[in-house]
Amino acid sequence: MNSPLESEALFELGPIPVTQAILTTWVIMALLVLGAYVLTRRLTLRPTRWQAAIELIVATLDTQIAETTGARPAPYRAFIGTLFIFILAANWSSLLPGVEPPTAQLETDAALALLVFVSVIWFGVRGDGVGGYLKSFAAPNPLMIPLNILQSLTRVFSMFVRLFGNVMSGVFVIGIVASLAGLLVPIPLMALDLLTGLVQAYIFAVLAMVFIASTVADGTSKQSLTENQKET
Amino acid sequence: MDYLALASILGAAFAVSFGALGPAIAEGRAVASAMDAIARQPEAANSISRTLFVGLAMIETTAIYCLVIALLLLFANPLLG
Repeated sequence: MNSPLESEALFELGPIPVTQAILTTWVIMALLVLGAYVLTRRLTLRPTRWQAAIELIVATLDTQIAETTGARPAPYRAFIGTLFIFILAANWSSLLPGVEPPTAQLETDAALALLVFVSVIWFGVRGDGVGGYLKSFAAPNPLMIPLNILQSLTRVFSMFVRLFGNVMSGVFVIGIVASLAGLLVPIPLMALDLLTGLVQAYIFAVLAMVFIASTVADGTSKQSLTENQKET
Repeated sequence: MDYLALASILGAAFAVSFGALGPAIAEGRAVASAMDAIARQPEAANSISRTLFVGLAMIETTAIYCLVIALLLLFANPLLG
């Protein structure tokens, strides 16, 4: 049985070994970008069938963002929405025969978690300025500075291990059952995997949103925070 | 007989089994109290279940850590070389 912690290179592109996860990731990225481009090329006031479907997705994302954090969804929609849709597509790509979801590899999840780590800093600095972002480490009081720094690292690490563990264990269990029992037996497990994939994508996006929102809220003073809430 | 390999296999099995115990109890309690809350206040079911899912994922992480440790022991054991 192959170790789930290692990945084999399919072929080499110059000096870079290309694994199956990288290939799947790029295919998903290309499909998402192309799909978004084609579907939003001609937006009309009277929505067509496709436009209505896309608007439904965007509106759902907006309500989720607004309900989980109370923040205005506009600045976060692009990042959180892309994160959710990409992870969902990656998790569900295991439905195609022969494709292993890229999120079942450590590297993909590490890259996603790194994105979240960087975006927390980016949104924190953009929302409150550099001083405000640094001040968010001293919330609720300066005694917490080492703990807050530690927390900002460990929560990203736990996000990445959580996504990796859940998706990888699903793939692993299906592999074991298929090798022991036969071809059609793992189908119920695959159905369960669909649910896990959806929940994990949702949780990854929600946690990213919660981390960003808490950093932004910690950096702003009480007064401007209530002003923000009035705007929403 | 290689005792290090034997100990690693046993360690992996124990990590998964005991690592599943705690989160299972915790998730059971969390779901039970969420059900309780929804039964008392059905109109808050949406936000309760959303918080529940996030909380369950947090709890599940501990089990996933144990799984990762077990896999490290089985597939990437630093002691066996």
